[in-house]
Amino acid sequence: MIDTLALAVALPLLGAIGATLWPRRSLPLSLVAGLATTAAALALTVEVALDGVQRSDFGGWGAPLGIALQADGLSVALLAMSNLVTLAATFYSAEYFGDKAVRRHFWPLWMLLWASLNGLFIAADLFNIYVALELLGLAAVALAALTGTRDAVSASLRYLLASLLGAITYLLGVTLLYGAYGTLDLGLLADAITSGPVAWGALTLMIGGLLIKTALFPMHFWLPPAHGNAPAPVSAALSALVVKVSFYLILRLWFDLFGPIVTPAAANLLGILGAAAILWGSWQAVMAERLKLMAAYSTVAQIGYLFLFFPVIASLEPSPARDDLIGAMVLFALSHGFAKAALFLAAGHIQQCAGHDRIDDLAGTVQRLPATSFVIALAGVALIGLPLSGAFTAKWLLLSGAIAAGQWWWVLVVLAGTLLAAGYIFRMLGKVFGFQETPYACITAVRSEVPALLLATTATLVLGLAANPLWFLLGFGDLR
Amino acid sequence: MTLTNWLPALIVLSSLIPGLLIFALKEEQVTTRTVLNMFGATFKLVLVGIMVWGVLQNQVYESRWVLAPGLELILHADALSVLFVVLSSGLWFFTTIYAIGYLEGSPYRSRFFGFFSLCVSATVGIALAGNLITFVIFYEILTLATYPLIAHRGTPQATRGARIYLYYTMTGGALLLIGAVWLQVLAGPVDFVEGGVLDVLPTELSGQLILIFFLMLAGLGVKAALVPLHGWLPQAMVAPAPVSALLHAVAVVKAGAFGIVRIVYDVYGIEFAHSLGLLTALAILASITIIYGSVQALLQDELKKRLAYSTVSQVSYIALGAAIFGPVGTIGGLLHLIHQGIMKITLFFGAGNYAETLGVHKVSELNGVGQRMPWTTLAFTIGALGMIGIPPVAGFISKWYLGVGAATAGMDWVILVLAVSSLLNAAYFLPILYRAWFREPPAQWPKESIPAGTWETKWTLLMPPVITAALALALGLLATAPFSVLEWSRLIAIREYGL
Repeated sequence: MIDTLALAVALPLLGAIGATLWPRRSLPLSLVAGLATTAAALALTVEVALDGVQRSDFGGWGAPLGIALQADGLSVALLAMSNLVTLAATFYSAEYFGDKAVRRHFWPLWMLLWASLNGLFIAADLFNIYVALELLGLAAVALAALTGTRDAVSASLRYLLASLLGAITYLLGVTLLYGAYGTLDLGLLADAITSGPVAWGALTLMIGGLLIKTALFPMHFWLPPAHGNAPAPVSAALSALVVKVSFYLILRLWFDLFGPIVTPAAANLLGILGAAAILWGSWQAVMAERLKLMAAYSTVAQIGYLFLFFPVIASLEPSPARDDLIGAMVLFALSHGFAKAALFLAAGHIQQCAGHDRIDDLAGTVQRLPATSFVIALAGVALIGLPLSGAFTAKWLLLSGAIAAGQWWWVLVVLAGTLLAAGYIFRMLGKVFGFQETPYACITAVRSEVPALLLATTATLVLGLAANPLWFLLGFGDLR
Repeated sequence: MTLTNWLPALIVLSSLIPGLLIFALKEEQVTTRTVLNMFGATFKLVLVGIMVWGVLQNQVYESRWVLAPGLELILHADALSVLFVVLSSGLWFFTTIYAIGYLEGSPYRSRFFGFFSLCVSATVGIALAGNLITFVIFYEILTLATYPLIAHRGTPQATRGARIYLYYTMTGGALLLIGAVWLQVLAGPVDFVEGGVLDVLPTELSGQLILIFFLMLAGLGVKAALVPLHGWLPQAMVAPAPVSALLHAVAVVKAGAFGIVRIVYDVYGIEFAHSLGLLTALAILASITIIYGSVQALLQDELKKRLAYSTVSQVSYIALGAAIFGPVGTIGGLLHLIHQGIMKITLFFGAGNYAETLGVHKVSELNGVGQRMPWTTLAFTIGALGMIGIPPVAGFISKWYLGVGAATAGMDWVILVLAVSSLLNAAYFLPILYRAWFREPPAQWPKESIPAGTWETKWTLLMPPVITAALALALGLLATAPFSVLEWSRLIAIREYGL
């Protein structure tokens, strides 16, 4: 049997090596490696759906010594989304970078980013997670700096510092655990861990480090400039996936590893930070003057929603209602992943055509770029959380959980966030769909519009109508 | 996998799919677009016909689809939904013909007709929604699909009107959503059932249920233009005439009013709503709206604005009907759902014809227009007389039932409201008719763009109002015939009250 777990990491890594060795052939090599990687990830998803949790220990060495990979329902749900988004962005990048010199640097880094993303979703021990996290951070920072503008470089430096700080903090927590329990395997640790100062210290350090990388308010300071100045496909991957993978790790730690020792107070703190992120991020997005900056602030807000789930889930005993909420949280993450990637790809088209992305000067874009404008509208629906997007279903379940738990204050936050999101999305749509003469002429190839269109449709129609299997998939694994 | 499972979904899809295809068409593919439009409109009518026939035979039509654990999309045909489906798909047919003529040669028609079709798909979805979440979903989609239509002309006023519409409807939609979620937390999945489903809940929840009712009423009241939530409607009249028809008669305000009817009858149940004291509050709100709208209409010189305020007033008759406890009042409200739609669409078609043919936008410019455009003016006259409530036009029947219903329910003050409102209606409609028929026409019309030929204007513009006016007359004259709207409303009332 082919080990799809290993392939999901090895294939993009091979692609990265190939693209480095043969820079002239970097594009076809990356496309082939990307297609194969996505195929492996989807195959893995199917395996989990059919046979349950998949695990693979390298070279016959089991835990606690060897490198172990493991995939459960949560891993593959995010892995599948991540690979589909990356694949779409890969095809988009083929057009976007074309023959520009920068593609020599882009493709190896891009494939490295892909490999570390996949590695993180299926890593089964805390040290491998650290290694992949560092790789991811370095690849992401380098990619964000690729435009080479002064703004991009200084933003990337900030990003680099935040990323390193997050990883080091996380590593400190890991060493605490290793000192106390002598293992780094997630499964073994989860069985051994007991409530106490060591566990609390490790929890705080590890989650804290990951929160910096996830850019939860007020640790989001690095995100808007970095995401707003990177090349479009890179912004898409950063906003849709890179912050999502550290969120995934938080879930893994919160519900899997530290499940028995997290307290409602800690969950409430995360909820409060999430609420602040929603309000602050959305408001900044409303005020943003540039399309990509608006999208970046929207990410800050959307990350906030994910953390709003924590206090509501914490108020519930293990029950179907709790599983429904966890599923809704994952659905929200998936929906945002697809929608935000689509939005950034569309923004990239606009920037290439217009030469800028100042929202006030985008009037009439629809006349030149109808498909792109349509993508923005569809992605916008998912970002506001209107039907038929995955975010709508997720929000319904979140509101339902909050009301049932008597935590009505989160309802007010969601209400305010939704209206603010409508504000920033329609401010832009009002311009884009205007009748004014557009100052720029641009014709894009139809095929370059397809990736973003597919992503936006997935967020707004597919996830809105056909999300039910997600709960079945999440049944495999032991989130508690 | 039989027709009974698929028919409701097909009725929604019959305009949705042509709409999506139209988006992809190029501007100059006029014939393809017209064929798609008319195919969708006709096919939908045929499907609705099959459904009406089936419902008469007690056939159950239901499409279900699971969205997430505990959340199900249900499309279901009951007597009330059929009433609204027939209205919206019937009027949509005429509006489509009218729109094709009206927009001939104007830019961005593919986009327009795409959203136009989305709009009616959402409305039919609202009509057929079998539970609260399905209703909320289609209600929000309707908001999204209408926004680009109001903004269609792209002028600063149009963008402004659309933005105001959005402020109102987004806020309203969010409140409706919260109310719906809250209700589902208390009562489990809320299916629409004749007679209501909430009276089984423990009495200590009454306070929450009242609060939820007003949350949802705030959401629905925005689209139904209940005062003080009506502010968007007069602003939205900057949209092209077919869109006004859609807003005022086929889709938007009707969706709000229909929602109120649904919530009162099939969620709370009329008796339970009565016992919570919700009906009195609703009746007062509706009455204020009726009087306020009429007074405002009196003050407008711009024809479409006068008609818009008239809608504010007239749509609240439907809410008023829902608020009158007793089957007769119910029948009056339901009748007005249909009658107001047919009469108001006639009036907007007429106003559109004046504007498009002669460049006449103001009441003060209408002098002698009856001589130049007799057929349009005749249709307009029938619509206006119906709005005032003069027999034998349909509007008389609904007002009669509302009045008798109020008297039976012991709400005598409602009769006073009806009387004052009718006087005001007369005060703002009769001067128009007087000018149109009895004043001398001016030497030159403001902007005559369609010359008088065999007909006074394009046939695509003339036929729809003439037919809808004839319908308004027929519904009044043949009110007691079998299978009439009156009979159907009676059937609904009997089921709602469990008689």
